[in-house]
Amino acid sequence: MLADYSILLIGAILVNNFVLVQFLGLCPFMGVSSKLETAMGMSMATTFVLTLASACSYLTFNYLLEPLGLGYLRTISFILVIAVVVQFTEMVVRKSSPLLHRVLGVYLPLITTNCAVLGVALLNINKNHNFLQSLFYGFGAAVGFSLVLVLFAAMRERLAVADVPVPFQGAAIGMVTAGLMSLAFMGFAGLV
Amino acid sequence: MRKIWDFHGGVHPPENKHQSLGKPINSAGIPPQLTLPLNQHIGAPAEPVVAVGDAVLKGQMIAKPLGLVSVPVHAPTSGTVVAIEDRQVAHPSGLQTRCIVIDTDGTDRWVEHAGLNDYRSLEREALLAHIRQSGIAGMGGAGFPTAVKLGVDPRQKPIETLIINGTECEPYITADDILMRERAAEIIAGVEILQHLIQPAETLLGMEDNKPEGIEAMLAASADKDMEVVVFPTKYPSGGEKQLIEILTGKQVPSGGLPADIGIVCQNVGTAVAIGRAVLRGEPLISRVTTVTGEAVAEPQNFDVLLGTPMRYLLEQAGYTPGRQQRLVMGGPMMGFTVPDPDVPIVKTTNCLLAPTVEELPPPPPAQPCIRCGLCAEACPATLLPQQLYWFARGKEFEKLESHNLFDCIECGACSYACPSNIPLVQYYRASKAEIVQLRRDQAKADHSKTRFEARQDRLQREAEEKEAQRAARKKAAEERARRAAEDGDTAEDPIQAAIARAQAKKAANAAGDQSDAESQRPAIAQMDPAQLAIERAKAARADAGEQSPEDKAQSHLSRLQERLAKSEAKLVASRNAGAEANVIEALEGAIEKLKPKLVEAEQALAAMRAEQSVQDSQPHALKANVEENAGEQADEQSGQKDAAQLAIERAQAARADAAYQSPEDKARANLTRLQDRLAKSEAKLAASREDGAEARVIEALEAAIEKLRPKLSEAEQALAELQAETET
Amino acid sequence: MFELVEQYPFFAAVLALVILGAAFGALLGYASERFKPEGNSIVEEINAILPQTQCGQCGYPGCRPYAEAIAEGEPINRCPPGGETGIAQLAALLDVEPIPLDAEHGEEAETRMVAYIHEEDCIGCTKCIQACPVDAILGAAKQMHTVISTECTGCDLCVEPCPVDCIEMLGEETTLSTWHWELPSENVDLIATDRDAA
Repeated sequence: MLADYSILLIGAILVNNFVLVQFLGLCPFMGVSSKLETAMGMSMATTFVLTLASACSYLTFNYLLEPLGLGYLRTISFILVIAVVVQFTEMVVRKSSPLLHRVLGVYLPLITTNCAVLGVALLNINKNHNFLQSLFYGFGAAVGFSLVLVLFAAMRERLAVADVPVPFQGAAIGMVTAGLMSLAFMGFAGLV
Repeated sequence: MRKIWDFHGGVHPPENKHQSLGKPINSAGIPPQLTLPLNQHIGAPAEPVVAVGDAVLKGQMIAKPLGLVSVPVHAPTSGTVVAIEDRQVAHPSGLQTRCIVIDTDGTDRWVEHAGLNDYRSLEREALLAHIRQSGIAGMGGAGFPTAVKLGVDPRQKPIETLIINGTECEPYITADDILMRERAAEIIAGVEILQHLIQPAETLLGMEDNKPEGIEAMLAASADKDMEVVVFPTKYPSGGEKQLIEILTGKQVPSGGLPADIGIVCQNVGTAVAIGRAVLRGEPLISRVTTVTGEAVAEPQNFDVLLGTPMRYLLEQAGYTPGRQQRLVMGGPMMGFTVPDPDVPIVKTTNCLLAPTVEELPPPPPAQPCIRCGLCAEACPATLLPQQLYWFARGKEFEKLESHNLFDCIECGACSYACPSNIPLVQYYRASKAEIVQLRRDQAKADHSKTRFEARQDRLQREAEEKEAQRAARKKAAEERARRAAEDGDTAEDPIQAAIARAQAKKAANAAGDQSDAESQRPAIAQMDPAQLAIERAKAARADAGEQSPEDKAQSHLSRLQERLAKSEAKLVASRNAGAEANVIEALEGAIEKLKPKLVEAEQALAAMRAEQSVQDSQPHALKANVEENAGEQADEQSGQKDAAQLAIERAQAARADAAYQSPEDKARANLTRLQDRLAKSEAKLAASREDGAEARVIEALEAAIEKLRPKLSEAEQALAELQAETET
Repeated sequence: MFELVEQYPFFAAVLALVILGAAFGALLGYASERFKPEGNSIVEEINAILPQTQCGQCGYPGCRPYAEAIAEGEPINRCPPGGETGIAQLAALLDVEPIPLDAEHGEEAETRMVAYIHEEDCIGCTKCIQACPVDAILGAAKQMHTVISTECTGCDLCVEPCPVDCIEMLGEETTLSTWHWELPSENVDLIATDRDAA
C-alpha cells in the first residue's frame, strides 16, 4: 500500500517527470525560470493548483459526469474546474502576497492553460486512479515540475552572468540546457 | 603541547624573507623634511593643533583626534612646521590629503615626557586615554585605533583569550620577525600592559614555524611570564585575525562579528611594543620598524624609521637603484598596493616597502577567461566561493554578492594567487564592496530625503488648512456682524459707521504695522519663561474650549464694542430727533465718548494680531519649521538651545511689554523716534557706502530702504499729531 | 422536465455545464469579495527604490506620484537621478526588461550633485527656500541663505527660481574617504607582450 503510493510519487517526480520526460508545462518552464525567486513562487503556485485541480477534477468526473453518462464532457469541464481553481488561487495570492502576485503576474493565469495541469487530470482518468491516487499523482507531478523549474532557474541565473558565445545567448542557451537536463532525467527510466 | 587547528584554504607563496633578515634593525636617521598625513589610521582624520611657523619638539602632539575612532599625530622629531596642506600620500588612489610638513632641525629635542611608573594602580579609563593620546593605531597593516579595540570593558564582556599576533605570514615582510628577535623584552612589557587592561584568562603568542630565531627569543623572554608561545605550520594568510583565532582556538568569528564577540582580542607585536613605550616611557608613536626589501635595493634590511620620512629617503639608505618600470609596493606582494610616487611618506601602517625588479615581481599578465577550475574556492581562507562572487561582481548582482557573504572577504589575495587565469579577483571584490556601500549610503539618504519631503508636505498642508480655517472664521464673524447690524442698527447710519470703522481700522493697522516689524510668533515668545508658557497654555486651552483663537476673540470684542457704539449713537440721534431732555443727550454723548477710545484700542489689538499673523505667514519656511518644531518641545529644553532668532524675539517681546505700559501717545512718540533713528542710521550708512565706493547693489538697497522708511515716518508723525489733537479735545 | 433530460442527453450535458458554471461562478464571486486587495503596497516598494530627490524630472510632482504612475503602467525609465541602477532595480521588482533611460527627462549625473549658494550674491529673497522639496536651504528674508549640503538631494529645483542666479550645482569631489576601486577593465583580448611595451 505505502509502497504503491511511493512508487506513484517517485514515478511522477523523476521517472515520468512531466516537464523533462513527458514535455508538459514547458511554457512556464522557459518563461519563469530566469530568476530563482520567481521560479520558487511559480513552483509553489503550481503545486497548489495541480494538487487541488487533480482532486477537483476527480470529484467532478466521478460524481457529476460519470453518473450522468457525460464522460465525453471531461475535457471541457476540467478546463472549467482548473480555470476556477487558478482564479481562486490568484485572488488569494493577491490578497496575501501582493509582491508574489506581481512577480507571478501573467504567469498565474497561464497556469490555466498549463498543459501539465490538464494532463494530470486526464491521466488520472485514463489510469483509473482512485481519489487518493489522483491526489498523490497530482502532487508528485507538481513536485517534479517544481524540482526541474528551480534547478533550471538556478542554472539560468548563473548563465546570465556567464560568458556565453553571442549566438547562444538568451533563449538558445536555455534550450540547450533544458535539452541536457532532459537527457539527464532520461537516466531515471527503469527506476520503478 | 597545545592543540593547533587549521583553517580552510590558504596558499604557500615563496616566502622571500631571508633577504632582509641579514642585518639588525638600523635607525634610518632624521630626514630633512617629514610629511605627516592627518589620517594614518582607520576613522576620522586628526585635527591640526599647530600653525605654520610653529616650532615643535619631538613627541609633541601636532594634531588632536576628532571623534572616538581617531588618534592624534605627534611630531617625530624637533623642527618647524612649514606647511599644512594637501600632499600626496601612500594610497592606491594617488589622491592628496591634508598633511603637516615639518622641516627638521637635526637636534632631535624631546618634549617633556614621562612614563606612567605605576600603571597598575591607574584607572582603566585613564590608561586607555593615555594609549589613545599616544597615537597608537594597529601596526599590523589596517591601522585601527588600538584604544577603541581595547575599549571593550572586561567587566561587561569578559575576554577569555588575548592573542598576540607574531605571525607575519605575508612574503618579504620581516618587521615583526626582527622585532621579536631583537626586542622580545619590549614586546613582553607591552603584553603585560595589555593583560592588565583586558584581564584575559590566557595569553597566546601565535607564530609561524618559519621564524626559528624569533621563536627562540620569544620563548626565552616569556619563560617566566603568563604567556604561551604557540608555533604552527606556515601558511598564507594565517596572520589574518580571524584565521589566527581559528588556528589557535578552533573558534570561528561569526560572519559580520568581531573577535570580542567570542571573547578574544587580537593585537600585533608591533602594537604591543608601541603600547609598552607609550606607557612605560611616555613616548608616543613616532617611529616604527619597516622592512625595506626587493631586488632593486642593494642592502635589504629593517629600519627603525620616523613616521613621515619620505619613502625615497628610506630607500636610499638601503641602496636603491630604480630600474626600468620600477614599481614600489607598500605592504607585501599579496595585499600591498603600488605607491604612486616614491616621495610619499612612511605612515603608521607601513610595515614593508618592497622595491622589486620587473623580473622579480612582473606586472600581472592579462586576465584570461575563467575556466571554472575551482582553485580559488579551495584557496579561500574565509570559505567563500570566489568564482561565484566573481561572476556576480561582473554582472553587478549586488544582492547575490551580499547573500554570498562578500563582506566576509578579507581581501587576502589567496584566490587571485591561485587563479590560473590571472583574474584580479580581489579587485572585483573591492570594487563591488565599495559599490554596495555606496548603494547603502544612497538608500539611507533617499529614505532620509523621503522623510524630510513628507514632513514638508505635511507642514504645507497643515498651514493651508490653518489659513483656510482662519479665513472661514473671519468670514463668519463678518457675516455675523453684518447680520446683527442689519437687525438692530439704524440702516441709514450703518454704512457710514462701517466706513468710519474701516478707515480707523486701517489707520490703526498702519500704526501697528510698524510695531509688529520686530514682533514675531506668539508660541515662540511664550517659551521664554515657564510661567508665561503656563499662562499661554491655559489661554490656549481656554481658546480651544471656546473654539476661539485670540484673534477671533479680539474680533468679537471689537464687534461688540462697535455694536454698542452704533446703538448709543442711534439712541442719541433718536433722542435728539425726539427732542429729549438735555441731560439724557449729554449722558449719551458721554457714553459715546467713553466707548470710542475703547473701540480704537480693540481695533489696534486686532490689527496687531493680524499683523503678527502675516509676519508669521511670511516667515521663511526653514525658520518657521524650526520654530514650529520647538513649539512642541518642552520649555526647559528650549532654554538650553535658544538661537539667535529666538533671542531677537525675546528682545522684541521685552520691548513690547515696556510699550504696553505706555499711553497711546507715548507709544506713538516712541515709534516716531525709533523710525527717525532708523532713518538717520540708514542715511549715515548710505553716505558711508557712497564714500567707500561700495557696490551699486548695496547703495541701491540702502536707498530703497530709506524710501520705504520715509512714508512710515510721515505716517507716524500724523498719528502722533492726531493723538495729541484728541487728547487736547 | 426530468423526462426531457432523460430523453435528450444533449440537454443533460447543457444542464450539467450550466450548473457547474453557476456553482463555480458563485464561488469566484464570493472569493472576489472576500479577498479584495486593500491598499497598493507595490507603490510603496517602487517608491522605496526611487531616489527621493523629488526633482520632478520624470514629469510628476515628486517621487511618490511617479511610483504610483509606474504601478499604473508608466515606463520605468524616466528617473535620471536613479539612473541605470534604479531602472535595473525597478525592472527586477516588476519583472520587466530593463530599458535605457529616457533622454527626454534628463541624463544621469556622473557624480552626486549638491546645490551651492554663492553667498556674496544672495539677496535673501527666500524663493529657493520655498522651492526646496526637502527643506535643505536655511535662511530668512533679507538674510543670506545657505544649503545644508548633507540634506541636499541635488534636484536643482532651487536653481531656476533664484533671481540673481547665485545657486550653482557642484559635483562632489572624490577624496580619500570616498575613493574606491573600480572594476578591472575587461581586456581579455590584449596580448601580454603588447602591454609590456606600453
